[in-house]
Amino acid sequence: MAETTAALPPGRRVRLRLDRDGIIKRLFMGVIALYLIAALALPLYAMLSKSFVTYGFDLARYEFQVSDETGTVWSEPVTAEALNADLGAVPADDLRSSSDGRLSATVFFPDFSFRSPVKYRLRGTTGDAPWLVGLDLKNTTDWQEYDSNTFRRINLRPVKSVGVQNYAEYFSNPTLFSSIQNSLYIAVISTVLTVVFAFGFAYAINRSCMPFKGAFRMIAMMPILVPSLLPGIALIYLFGNQGMLKSLLMGQSIYGPLGIVIGSVFFTFPHALIIISTALSIADQRQYEAAESLRASKWRTFWTVTIPGARYGLISAAFVTFTLVITDFGLPKVIGGQYNVLAIDIYKQVIGQQNFEMGAVVSVILLIPAVLAFLVDRQVQKKQVSLLSARSVPYQPRPDRRFEALCLAWCGVMAVFIVGIIAICQYAALIRFWPYDLSLSLKNYAFDRMDGGGWAAYWNSIKLALMTAGIGTVVIFTGAYMVEKIDGFKTGRGLFQFLAMLPMAVPGMVLGLAYIFFFNNPANPLHFIYGTMIILVISTVTHFYTVGHLTALTALKQIDAEFEPVASSLRQPFYKLFARVTVPVCLPAILDISIYLFVNAMTTVSAVVFIYSTHTALASIAVLNMDDAGDIAPAAAMGMMIFYTNAGARILHALASRRILNRTQAWRLR
Amino acid sequence: MVAMTRRGALQASAGNFVADGSAPPYLEIADLWKSFGDFVALREVTLDIARGEFVCFLGPSGCGKTTLLRAIAGLDPQTRGTIRQGGEDISGLPPSQRDFGIVFQSYALFPNLTVRRNIAFGLENTGRSKREIDARVTELLDLVGLPEQASKYPAQLSGGQQQRVALARAIAIDPGLLLLDEPLSALDAKVRVHLRHQIKELQRKLGVTTIMVTHDQEEALSMADRIVVINRGRIEQVGTPTEIYREPASLFVADFIGETNKVASTYRAGAVTLGDAVIATSETRVVDGAAVTVAVRPEDILPHRAEDAGNGAANMLPVTIEDMEFLGSYWRTHLRSDALGATPLVANFSMNAVRRLDLKPGAAMAVELPAERVLVFARGA
Repeated sequence: MAETTAALPPGRRVRLRLDRDGIIKRLFMGVIALYLIAALALPLYAMLSKSFVTYGFDLARYEFQVSDETGTVWSEPVTAEALNADLGAVPADDLRSSSDGRLSATVFFPDFSFRSPVKYRLRGTTGDAPWLVGLDLKNTTDWQEYDSNTFRRINLRPVKSVGVQNYAEYFSNPTLFSSIQNSLYIAVISTVLTVVFAFGFAYAINRSCMPFKGAFRMIAMMPILVPSLLPGIALIYLFGNQGMLKSLLMGQSIYGPLGIVIGSVFFTFPHALIIISTALSIADQRQYEAAESLRASKWRTFWTVTIPGARYGLISAAFVTFTLVITDFGLPKVIGGQYNVLAIDIYKQVIGQQNFEMGAVVSVILLIPAVLAFLVDRQVQKKQVSLLSARSVPYQPRPDRRFEALCLAWCGVMAVFIVGIIAICQYAALIRFWPYDLSLSLKNYAFDRMDGGGWAAYWNSIKLALMTAGIGTVVIFTGAYMVEKIDGFKTGRGLFQFLAMLPMAVPGMVLGLAYIFFFNNPANPLHFIYGTMIILVISTVTHFYTVGHLTALTALKQIDAEFEPVASSLRQPFYKLFARVTVPVCLPAILDISIYLFVNAMTTVSAVVFIYSTHTALASIAVLNMDDAGDIAPAAAMGMMIFYTNAGARILHALASRRILNRTQAWRLR
Repeated sequence: MVAMTRRGALQASAGNFVADGSAPPYLEIADLWKSFGDFVALREVTLDIARGEFVCFLGPSGCGKTTLLRAIAGLDPQTRGTIRQGGEDISGLPPSQRDFGIVFQSYALFPNLTVRRNIAFGLENTGRSKREIDARVTELLDLVGLPEQASKYPAQLSGGQQQRVALARAIAIDPGLLLLDEPLSALDAKVRVHLRHQIKELQRKLGVTTIMVTHDQEEALSMADRIVVINRGRIEQVGTPTEIYREPASLFVADFIGETNKVASTYRAGAVTLGDAVIATSETRVVDGAAVTVAVRPEDILPHRAEDAGNGAANMLPVTIEDMEFLGSYWRTHLRSDALGATPLVANFSMNAVRRLDLKPGAAMAVELPAERVLVFARGA
């Protein structure tokens, strides 16, 4: 009785005094949370609000008076709106403008001559009616008098208004609207193909006794090492207007959906493969034994045991692939031809038409499928975890000649496809002048003779990749440690966790555009980093934050949760524990995070295409720009430089990991 | 009703304790509460622990004993109430400013540091020279009996050895209070018994005030100076192992510690009726006419010849032997009695008694339930 009814006595909840450790930990987390807010939340907010902003000339806000030739007798005041209604000088469409728009005041006075003695008066009818006299900004409701010669230098300025006008305009524009359809179409087809191919590949690797598994696994990971637009270049050489195998397409053009889909399958393949392979590798032998004892056919077992067991992996892989394709910009840029997709629209609106507001609108629209895919994927991932924790007997494939031959054929075809694409690029890079002079030379590697940034761009990329790997790993791992190993402070940690997961849902281009809005604003105290290497590092770290964060969390969760209590009972500061125990124990994961950041910083286009400047041009951007300028062979050569670098980094990473592990992880051996 | 008895017992044993030591208590826990959302994990916990005492928190899993330990350490602070250690109020202090060493069930040894570095971890940055630290670590390794293992990594040690390293690391800084959170439960039975002894020895040698959390009553009975029995977030009883075992303050304690036969009955004028037998009891805490549960431990049941029953012999019950299990040092005997109906009575009889009385399954005999060993608890709580 007493047990169920007793409630807490009145009084205040006991709170522990913060010790130095607690303060330092909160400070650290605060700093990293501030980083995420400044590098992610605020830019996205700036972009979102930008998409609702329109600029236009509001003629009702201006009133004019004109004098006679003596300059003493004045006409009745009349608004510019009334004048325009009489004259039809400015059509309604031209009244919309960007923030930089100017409208000459003389258009409302057809008789205007700058030599005339006639004088003009101008005032605003509201407090917000800006106009320029030369470069001087005026904004007043008092009459200002100008002679004719001055009056010709008067320009009205647009005023800002907030509303859904940009969205209305976007959806009423059939070309822009069709991009949504195109993007979805491309993404769905590529996703289905990639998941099917990757599933077959993963199945062969995990469930057969096929030979050369290691080699196949290595080949399958190669696409990660190159920018997503590289397969586009290879496809142009194969099937383009002067392609080697153009006749195979039987009149179809590779420029358009076909090329984008083939290229997308290439660059998303390893991502899907990793996820599906993980799902297939946790199969339980006992389920198959049970199926066999029930005399289920292999076909039936496949559909009732294998597919349900791997379904979370398949769903997750599908969403990841879908997001990668729909947010990719490089590939449709290179091989999309006239086929418009959302990512291209953003680029065109921003770079081509300087219409930042409309770019923001397209970004917000592109954000929707990406965020949806992200949310579904998170739900699925949660379920996958519970599946993993079950104790099970690992599946042991049995030899089966015919099945192995089939697996070998499937993987062989994929391997030829992947190696083929890269080999074509290598070939393209070495040929003097396709298709007229097929002799080999290194002239395409003389990047300094081309536009696009030259060798400097390559070195910039190396610098970016090293800085991203270095700074990013420290920030990400420290942040994950604070989230995982801090006690109390629940709301703060929840918010932090949310911010850390957010980048996964934000396409690189959207982030880049958001950076323009946020950092290029002169009022922003961080404006000084605009156009520098720092903003590129921040953008890249932020764009790839989530995967690193999850890797770090997984590693940290495997560490005994009682280390921190033990250290504080021994009155040792947490940073000593962190440096002496946590970091050494997590070193494999830390190395994984750093190589992941390095490789992605080398290949990314979308996260940096809006914010690089002439002296921070990058190799991946150079590929894009050289291709744009028609220098396809040098573009292929630069793409191959990225490939060599990443392959080299991967090998170095493997060697370094092994050495460090041998030296510092002796404790793992029994 | 039961709550009252319980509190009575609690005060009684606390009184005993204060009489033992004239010094003020080292650890004073006053009216401690802990809630996790709506769930109240600890209720009005009040407890004093003397300097140098070895106290066990004993209870079923989920009873709140680990929660209480973590509150004392400051790892999961209590919601209400105060804790004083050595006269100082530590209720609001973070763990790093309290004075304790702790050993967890997982040992939480740093896997990438050698045994020596593990033990030295808390000695660094304390103004000791490297030589002093080395000497101290060597001394500690000798103390826990692992002088040869200094340069090994934890993964290379057995569970029992890891446990001792964790212990050495915890006592390296000479803490005022040693907290042991189920330190033996990850070990196999043989090692556990051995280590029990070693830990107790070590504690006595160092004289460090020690609190150990355990759900293993044997562990608690064999190691503790005093046992704190906790159930559903409340202290059921505090007392020495013999007190807890011989004079359980509640049916829960009687049932949880050791084994006990339980029979429903009614209390009247210093006796309970079992069937038609009237059994006298020396229990006095129950009011006349109360519905009660009678509890008798198997080893308190004394064997007699069948003819000893009847003739008005006090506290005797005629029974039939249903089944006997040989458990080495004694026979565990299942008895059936008309007085008890369907409820069997379990008694432990010595080999001698069995031989002397020629007990075998199916035989009739009599048992005596000594009045001072017949425990009576009010029902309905």
